[in-house]
Amino acid sequence: MFETLSDRLTSVFSSLRSKGRLSEADINATAREIRIALLEADVALPVVKDFIAHVKERALGAEVSQALNPAQQVVKIVNEELIEILGGETRRLRFAKTPPTVIMLAGLQGAGKTTLAGKLAYWLKGQGHTPLLVAADLQRPNAVQQLQVMGERAGVPVFAPEPGNGVGDPVQVARRSVEEARRAQHDVVIIDTAGRLGVDAEMMQQAIDIRDAVSPDEILFVVDAMVGQDAVNTAQAFMDGVGFDGVVLTKLDGDARGGAALSVRHITGRPIMFASTGEKLEDFDLFHPDRMAGRILDMGDILTLIEQA
Amino acid sequence: ARSQNALGHVLLGLLSRDTLDEDAWDEIEDTLISADIGVAVAREITEALRTRVQVMGARTPEEVRALLREELLRQVTNGFDEKTDRRLRTARHGDRPAVVMVVGVNGTGKTTTCGKLARVLVGDGNTVLLGAADTFRAAAADQLETWGKRVGAEVVRKGEGADPGSVAFDAVRQGIEGKVDTVIIDTAGRLHTKTGLMDELGKVKRVVEKQATVDEVLLVLDATTGQNGMQQARVFAEVVNVTGIVLTKLDGTAKGGIVIAVQRELGVPVKLVGLGEGPDDLAPFEAEPFVDAIIGE
Ligand SMILES: Nc1nc2c(ncn2[C@@H]2O[C@H](COP(=O)(O)OP(=O)(O)OP(=O)(O)O)[C@@H](O)[C@H]2O)c(=O)[nH]1
Ligand SMILES: Nc1nc2c(ncn2[C@@H]2O[C@H](COP(=O)(O)OP(=O)(O)OP(=O)(O)O)[C@@H](O)[C@H]2O)c(=O)[nH]1
Ligand SMILES: [Mg+2]
Ligand SMILES: [Mg+2]
Repeated sequence: MFETLSDRLTSVFSSLRSKGRLSEADINATAREIRIALLEADVALPVVKDFIAHVKERALGAEVSQALNPAQQVVKIVNEELIEILGGETRRLRFAKTPPTVIMLAGLQGAGKTTLAGKLAYWLKGQGHTPLLVAADLQRPNAVQQLQVMGERAGVPVFAPEPGNGVGDPVQVARRSVEEARRAQHDVVIIDTAGRLGVDAEMMQQAIDIRDAVSPDEILFVVDAMVGQDAVNTAQAFMDGVGFDGVVLTKLDGDARGGAALSVRHITGRPIMFASTGEKLEDFDLFHPDRMAGRILDMGDILTLIEQA
Repeated sequence: ARSQNALGHVLLGLLSRDTLDEDAWDEIEDTLISADIGVAVAREITEALRTRVQVMGARTPEEVRALLREELLRQVTNGFDEKTDRRLRTARHGDRPAVVMVVGVNGTGKTTTCGKLARVLVGDGNTVLLGAADTFRAAAADQLETWGKRVGAEVVRKGEGADPGSVAFDAVRQGIEGKVDTVIIDTAGRLHTKTGLMDELGKVKRVVEKQATVDEVLLVLDATTGQNGMQQARVFAEVVNVTGIVLTKLDGTAKGGIVIAVQRELGVPVKLVGLGEGPDDLAPFEAEPFVDAIIGE
């Protein structure tokens, strides 16, 4: 079993407490423990390195050496930095000046796109919008039916002119859905797309073609909170490929620490906008950077540590 | 690809050095961590390698690389007999079909794996029956039915919200009556943290065991999964006694390194790998290509 971060830091700090001042070696020792904790939380290695370098720089600066309790100060810095990166400039959905607002979902296979499409539609409907769901995953077996069921549950119509399972052109479907939305006065269009790998050039091109056909107001990258080190490769590939404006983190109802949130945010600079927290329509929330920072760092323990330090 | 270059670079850099410095060892460890092997196991492997490099007096990058490969292979092999332990038990026994249950968290590739596995078995001349015991997920049974049609296997299903245990029971009963060779039961994705759903899974297995033995319980792990994969494996193993791992989505950039720790802790081997979304994209797990993908060509 792994030690928790707090176990580790407790032992580092107990040797520090007697000193009152932190030497560079003390800070290095602390940084090493934080590095391990972040890696065990699945923050990607290059991101961990940048992050630690930044924390060290601040820790060596005046705010720590002059603090009454330097160890406590270091932990505070880590937490602040995490929230800073995760939060950055959070923002709301951008709605088009002339409706419909077009939202396109993209991500790896099984990330939770179709489920999220239903949740987003349900949420928007609750705010007085009139969304239209669009079945543009014509690849994965019965993706169209799955979206239809989601739409039914959400009480939101689904534009599904093609049967899928390999039949129909997703680019055409997306294009026509915007016309359909104008005609039937839907103010938001949510386009569900097939899951694709970052390295699948052909499928990435398809996503680009869908994008170019509908000029989305928001492209949301949907990513599973359980993802490990691959988060950087994948986020970068989607960024370089279809591109995206915001991130949705799914399956946060589990016990994954969700370091991918930090990785994706740090690598792409795109804000994390929503959190998906279950299989039901209402398991959906705005993203909270402070909660996520606490989760990645095992913060329940850390807060007690700060008090003890 | 990035991590492969990184390691190649490190090892090449060694040529010009008299001793392997700390940075080089750190970089080797980092390469392992980047494959989701986890800090503890990566460190262990690096330490073992260090010792061997010292003992053997290895100096050239080729020698170090070969030793690293050996060390990784040892970890991946984990004492299994590569010829027999990774084999799937899918043969009919007595007057009963073999039963395979497929389990795992949401979206890992369970339904797809059921379809692909059926394809392999049908291709070998067996008859296969698929049980749609995911009665929860929207259109899950339809998805399995599409796979069934695609690969030539019949599907037993009930309506949305039906009791998954009763679907599994019926599938096995029909399998027995129809003298089918293998019954494959697809189950709903569930997070290991949801005790209610985990209890339900245990129940599905017990219901099957009223009529037959469950020959394989395959835990499907997504190769992109990080350290949480260990947690998943522990809990699923406790509830349904996992007999094999299926590592899916290895066709992407993820290496699936978490399975090293999983195999070790569960004592259960990876048996199959998923290499795509098509019916033929399933293969037996092989340690060497797995290791080579981690350290690069
Ligand atoms: N526990 C949990 N399950 C989720 C969440 N979001 C989605 N799921 C489940 O994850 C699985 C995959 O979700 P989908 O919405 O089908 O994912 P997708 O990205 O559309 O998948 P593809 O279309 O195959 O690429 C399903 O079992 C969903 O019910 C979540 O926030 N929590
Ligand atoms: N690239 C790739 N995609 C895969 C692989 N296996 C499954 N998929 C895709 O991953 C997505 C999820 O697969 P499913 O088989 O529906 O996963 P599941 O575990 O049954 O999902 P739930 O029942 O919702 O929990 C689908 O889009 C599949 O096509 C694989 O080996 N490689
Ligand atoms: Mg989908
Ligand atoms: Mg399924």
